[in-house]
Amino acid sequence: MMEWETVIGLEIHAQLATKSKIFSGASTAYGAEPNTQACTIDLGMPGVLPVLNREAVRMAAVFGLAIGAEIARRSVFARKNYFYPDLPKGYQISQYELPIVQKGQLTIDLDEGVSKVIGITRAHLEEDAGKSLHEDFQGLSGIDLNRAGTPLLEIVSEPDLRSAKEAVAYMKKLHQMVVYLGICDGNMQEGSFRCDANVSVRRKGDPKLGTRAEIKNLNSFRFVERAIEFEIERQIDLIEAGGKVVQETRLYDPDKGETRSMRGKEEANDYRYFPDPDLLPLVLDEEFIATTRASLPELPDTKKQRFISQYGLSSYDAGVLTTSRALSDYYEATVAALGGEPKLCANWVMGDLSAFLNKENREITASPVSPVQLAGLLRRIQDQTISGKIAKDVFEALWAGEGETDAIIEKRGLKQITDNSAIEKVIDDVIAANPEQLAQYRAGKDKLFAFFVGQVMKASKGKANPQQVNDLLAEKLKG
Amino acid sequence: MHDKTIAQLSAGLAAGEFSSEELTRSLLERIEQFNPGLNAFITVTDDVALSQARAADERRRQGQAGPLTGVPIAQKDIFCTDGVRTSCGSRMLDRFIAPYNATVVEKLNAAGMVMLGKTNMDEFAMGSSNENSFYGPVRNPWDLDAVPGGSSGGSAAAVAARLTPAATGTDTGGSIRQPAALCGLTGIKPTYGRVSRWGMIAYASSLDQGGPLARSAEDCALLLGAMAGFDPRDSTSVDRPVPDYVAALDRPLTGLKIGLPKEYFGEGLDGAVARAVAAAIAEYRKLGATVLDISLPNTHLAIPAYYVIAPAECSSNLARFDGVRYGHRCDQPKDLLDLYTRSRAEGFGPEVTRRILVGTFALSAGYYDAYYLKAQQIRRLISNDFQQAFAQVDLIAGPTSPTVAFNLGEKVDDPITMYLSDIYTIAVNLAGLPGLSLPVGFVGQRPVGLQLIGHHFAEECLLNAAHRYQQITDWHTRTPPAFA
Repeated sequence: MMEWETVIGLEIHAQLATKSKIFSGASTAYGAEPNTQACTIDLGMPGVLPVLNREAVRMAAVFGLAIGAEIARRSVFARKNYFYPDLPKGYQISQYELPIVQKGQLTIDLDEGVSKVIGITRAHLEEDAGKSLHEDFQGLSGIDLNRAGTPLLEIVSEPDLRSAKEAVAYMKKLHQMVVYLGICDGNMQEGSFRCDANVSVRRKGDPKLGTRAEIKNLNSFRFVERAIEFEIERQIDLIEAGGKVVQETRLYDPDKGETRSMRGKEEANDYRYFPDPDLLPLVLDEEFIATTRASLPELPDTKKQRFISQYGLSSYDAGVLTTSRALSDYYEATVAALGGEPKLCANWVMGDLSAFLNKENREITASPVSPVQLAGLLRRIQDQTISGKIAKDVFEALWAGEGETDAIIEKRGLKQITDNSAIEKVIDDVIAANPEQLAQYRAGKDKLFAFFVGQVMKASKGKANPQQVNDLLAEKLKG
Repeated sequence: MHDKTIAQLSAGLAAGEFSSEELTRSLLERIEQFNPGLNAFITVTDDVALSQARAADERRRQGQAGPLTGVPIAQKDIFCTDGVRTSCGSRMLDRFIAPYNATVVEKLNAAGMVMLGKTNMDEFAMGSSNENSFYGPVRNPWDLDAVPGGSSGGSAAAVAARLTPAATGTDTGGSIRQPAALCGLTGIKPTYGRVSRWGMIAYASSLDQGGPLARSAEDCALLLGAMAGFDPRDSTSVDRPVPDYVAALDRPLTGLKIGLPKEYFGEGLDGAVARAVAAAIAEYRKLGATVLDISLPNTHLAIPAYYVIAPAECSSNLARFDGVRYGHRCDQPKDLLDLYTRSRAEGFGPEVTRRILVGTFALSAGYYDAYYLKAQQIRRLISNDFQQAFAQVDLIAGPTSPTVAFNLGEKVDDPITMYLSDIYTIAVNLAGLPGLSLPVGFVGQRPVGLQLIGHHFAEECLLNAAHRYQQITDWHTRTPPAFA
């Protein structure tokens, strides 16, 4: 059997998190009644003119600087001309020959600590179109132009990806990046981050690229993976059966798990791009670029390395804690409030806290337990007021809003018993109550040690200091 | 009252000789009487006019009146007017009521001007004779067999016939200056970016510019002062203070250097027009100006370049008229393609259709470099010609149009000949320069226009030169006999 190689390039549309649209003052908020967030400009009324949103430009530059790209000192908006009912002007304002961001790269992490650098050809600013609604109009279509004019950053990768897995890793990394930078809310259900994939296959070693198919509008990581996998198999089967891949646009059907042809190359539009005469070329000066660069947050990769070196975390833990800016901020605030114990903090943030957040499907920014409160709890583990096990109960109470750690410990009488004589008393009672087990233990059944520990902890309602229990019990059981 | 200039009306209103309401009523009566023969107005806005006139009179009583308060004006039907039909001379927008005001309209309203109505025009400003209007041709008040020029033909005819003291126009390749010349008026196309394009329905965005048509340079100065200025809603408008154009009118012209491009006096120029222009130049010498021969060597490339760039931009600008959201929609479309093709075929007239097709072709893959890019290169050459000329001279002068007004129907079947009537005006738009046309004589009963071209933002200089000429001549005071 012949060996095949897959070549994938992704075009990702990230909706920029500006308050207003890219060329008008209308709101970009999602989910309003149809056509209530479309002003005369978004409706493409006669005589209206676009004015570029400064914030969209800043966000595009932030992205470019974060991926080490060149920021064009002069970029040009062009009109992409085509007719479609949800495209009010009959053209989309985009960037064509001179995009604002050129030649960047992103490093993706693959299995077993292998990483790979993926080239980003360009990223350009453009406006989104509206939406056609095909239901509930007695056979007619409705048009909702609320989304028309929403700012998009189209991020185009080099054809550097070699598998569906790499494509997903790249998309996830990019998703993390834009959310980290605060330029996109990353909400894939609402279409804030969506992907078109260009997929082709070639025989291993063949220097020439195969004919590609473009799969449109993939709005989840899972769909990207499945669609690409399906497409690779389809192309290989086709070629092996003596057929030829045709250059075309395909649509992924998530219900059937397959891609199907949307339109062929011969039906491809001639978009008649030309510079938009309503907008002057976008000129960015050195000062703007310097200011933007200075405003960049610490990027995920840098932060991960710092977490490893500064907090002594494992690569895995550092990776998890830096997946989002909010999570890493929470973690660092906890460490700061506690004044140390970074590993303990990491375990709790990644463990109980994350579990509770997941269970209630909450963002970390909406956590009912603040970093200071969590640190307060961890302090009581640290000074042995409570055990780690009891701490879990206290955490639950904190989450439920039952007050601060110390009050909860006090109210519930959870304070750890560290007084040797008190523990000895409990041990003596337990030994006295279990003469049979004692005899067996002394006869060499060492396993029963755990039974005694359990009985002591139970009798102390979990409050006895586990280490002291171990030590004292070992002593007493010897006889 | 109807034969007074804005300056005179302003003085009359200030002196209480008549009220704005009286003035407005008398002009509305004239419109009622004469418009049927001229077809200068598409829509007459009696109610708006009278309520604005009363508001202006009230403002005057409160001592808040400015020089334009209570003075009537007509708006070219390319400017969006809130709540009033804005047709752009097209069936496509025959029933379109604009939901907002153009910046120009807003500014003139703010100055207290009274809108009499919306004037006829070539459909989407494409034409040089006003014969391309869905609402029918406009007649030239000087000779009813003649065209008024275009595309601001309705505006020019209305002012020439004394139905309004002034009107707005737009100029993409000569659409203010050529009708001003053909109707014996003064009209100025400002520097690109001087007047906001917000609310001015786009024909060719990189060339379009609004401006006034009036009886005198002084009136144009008053109006331009109110119309011009930076507008944050138009990214191509220039943030630069508006000078006091009226204050600059009386400056002496001593030492002013006027260049005569030899290319503007060659083949195709009517001999009688050339003589009238020469006589006007002689007047300028008397006023103290020095006259130099200059050359604009790429002049012959202006029309070919324009007829690539303007159609290319218009093919895209007019794509929004698709029958989906507003404007003409065909009956019973059977599918989306049918909705598009029939709505557009029915909504647009032949010249608009022609330019959309030409522009679509010029931008198509495989032709873009040969047409659009080449035209842009020519545009730079033409700009360079002017740059070099303005290193030697302060103003450039020549005929506005190669002939006086031609007869209705004379050129409709020959678009190329029609296009040549803008041969001296088009290069000015390509270079983004200000240009002014003023009346300097007649051939028979049809007026001749002199074009003055200035450097970027030299409107003051143009208006000053035109005004000084009008102090020693009386061409601009002549009224078409049938409308006296």
